[in-house]
Amino acid sequence: MVFGKEGFFSRLKKGLAKTSETLAGKIVSITTGRMALDDATLEGIEDALIAADVGLPTASALIASLRDAVKSKDVATADDIRPFLRKRIEALVAVGEGANHAGAPHVILMVGVNGAGKTTTIGKLATRFSADGKSVIVAAGDTFRAAAIEQLAEWSRRAGCEIIRHQAGADPSAVAFDAIRAGIARKKDIVIIDTAGRLHTRSNLMEELKKVYRIIGRELEGAPHETLLVVDGTTGQNAINQVKEFHASIKLSGIVITKLDGTSKGGAVVGIVNETKLPIRYIGVGEAAEDLQPFDAALFAEALI
Amino acid sequence: MFEQLGNRLSEALRKIKGLSQLSDANMADALGEVRLALLDADVANEVVKDFIEKIRAQSKGTAVLKSLAPGQMAIKIVYDELVSLLGGHRAGINMADKGPTVVLMTGLQGSGKTTTTAKLALHLRKEGFRPMLVSADIYRPAAREQLSVLGAQLEIPVCYPADLNDPVKICKKAMQAMKDEDANVLLVDTAGRLQIDEELMAELEKIKKEISPNEVLFIADAMTGRQAADIALTFHKRVQITGVILTKMDGDARGGAALSIKSVVGAPIKFSGIGEKPEQFEVFHPDRMAQRILGMGDVLSLIEKAQEAANEEEAKKLERKMSAGDFDLNDFMQQLNMVKKMGPLNQLMGMVPGLKIPKDAAIDEGALGRVEAIINSMTKEERKSYTIINGSRKERIAEGSGTDINEVNRLLKQFVQMKKVMKTFKKGGGLPGMPGVGRIGR
Repeated sequence: MVFGKEGFFSRLKKGLAKTSETLAGKIVSITTGRMALDDATLEGIEDALIAADVGLPTASALIASLRDAVKSKDVATADDIRPFLRKRIEALVAVGEGANHAGAPHVILMVGVNGAGKTTTIGKLATRFSADGKSVIVAAGDTFRAAAIEQLAEWSRRAGCEIIRHQAGADPSAVAFDAIRAGIARKKDIVIIDTAGRLHTRSNLMEELKKVYRIIGRELEGAPHETLLVVDGTTGQNAINQVKEFHASIKLSGIVITKLDGTSKGGAVVGIVNETKLPIRYIGVGEAAEDLQPFDAALFAEALI
Repeated sequence: MFEQLGNRLSEALRKIKGLSQLSDANMADALGEVRLALLDADVANEVVKDFIEKIRAQSKGTAVLKSLAPGQMAIKIVYDELVSLLGGHRAGINMADKGPTVVLMTGLQGSGKTTTTAKLALHLRKEGFRPMLVSADIYRPAAREQLSVLGAQLEIPVCYPADLNDPVKICKKAMQAMKDEDANVLLVDTAGRLQIDEELMAELEKIKKEISPNEVLFIADAMTGRQAADIALTFHKRVQITGVILTKMDGDARGGAALSIKSVVGAPIKFSGIGEKPEQFEVFHPDRMAQRILGMGDVLSLIEKAQEAANEEEAKKLERKMSAGDFDLNDFMQQLNMVKKMGPLNQLMGMVPGLKIPKDAAIDEGALGRVEAIINSMTKEERKSYTIINGSRKERIAEGSGTDINEVNRLLKQFVQMKKVMKTFKKGGGLPGMPGVGRIGR
């Protein structure tokens, strides 16, 4: 399967068009006709960043660096502002190393709050890996939500991969255990483990997640090789709390942002990475399997501003 | 929920609380803080601007009441505005004057429509209606199965014509099926859709045309960011939203969505989802939510929950026993069961004014179960008069309940303390920090 970069980029751009209209558009309208890059101009830009969900701390930091650049004449005219911010944002969101592919099998654990899109993301990833010729097992670890197992089963059928499933209400750790054993025994390339959605404020559910994480590590050294938090792209500043709390319970290796199509202001991505320093692994801009793509900082910054 | 916003707002308000005079200068300072607190809580920019303007206008002279200090007056103004921002007063489901009532559930993917559909049905059944469910979500794998499973769990009928693959036809079928099931409210779950998805939004219009709903509810994730109001507005333009349900309110979202949607769309927030279980669902009270945001606690909700859980008569009997001083372990157990019925403890704690729960304070729900086991392992006589419980009896109780002597001791100690507290109650003291609560039920 060929994932056209151009196609994806234009979709992302279209998805973020509204942000762009407001963010880029606002910056243009703020700066038009102004010779001096004074405080009022900078404050206007800060408001525009906040309105795009970038968040107060990150918006303030961006403006502080812009102010310095104005002082040092690196930003001399209004036309320099957007390229400057684009570069800063690109640098901000490009953290960490690329995805690792270690492990035999390579184990990916998916976690997140309710409704973030974990199961759908697993379906898309399984489709993607299978299309790349990898052998995949998905594990129906969400034994809580009604019909979550059936939902993943349908995705595994579409992706043409195997599924490990227990009854509804079963212990998610047991599902993870079986999936890892099966992955090793059947010499699979990749095991992707689903978990029930849980709010990061529910300490008992976070304890359950820690147990799943522990069992995975016990059954295969170094696993999970990737622990990905799925975040709904329409979430506001709460996304940062989600990342911090999940990261404190189980060590996250990266983030997947879903639903960045049309509804989202996208700016939240900048705030999340800036405040948590965790890398974005994938972003989703649509319903189709190929609408989930590895994150590219430069493309994102260009689409955003 | 709303904790962070609450903290920042009360910080801002503390500054003006003690002021003897409100001036433009000292108000400007506080309002600046209020503005930042709201912005940081994901409230839409235009809503923040409007809110601040209203408060500024109202705090200028004319409206000051004689009975209040100017600082208190300012807080009252903020509170009043917050209440009206949240919708003014509570609003229930619009029921059809005659014939069946139809409720259409709409929203983005992952906002919690299917779970909420089941919760609302359970709520309506408690109110004496006969709900039926149908899912018109033919897109998400196993979405219809999910609603069927939930319906089966709650023993609420679900119309599931598996052979039909057209949302409009499915709805039509469900409308006919209502008679067979003797249902009088139909809740229609729909596929999650983006407001910019032209095809699916057109489908939603078609569904609405087919079923002519009495209510069109927009289900919104409380954690949604600044665009919440825009999204709701687009749905409103296509299918005329009559109410909003906020979900995932048990998280720590700062509540911007809640504060923005009502003022932009004009449709009231009717209910909120506060947990994963079907009964964790509440009627939304704007005044109480405003109190909670401002850290005034939510004494009213707490009292109502207590009243709902406690069988009136049981409560009266308990009260008599309390005042007579012969409160025993049987009564203690009964009271525990009432507390358990009221819902997760940490939710209750959030409603108590002046009680700030540390974020990491986990409340051990399992402890309640162990207490129950311990009391169940006692003999009738022991429950009646705890003083006869000596060392060997304790050992037997510990073994019978699968706990240890320490836990039995701890429970007895708590029980004795509770008896002592009750004595102070009787003297009319009330709980510290809970003004008036001591007088409930007298």
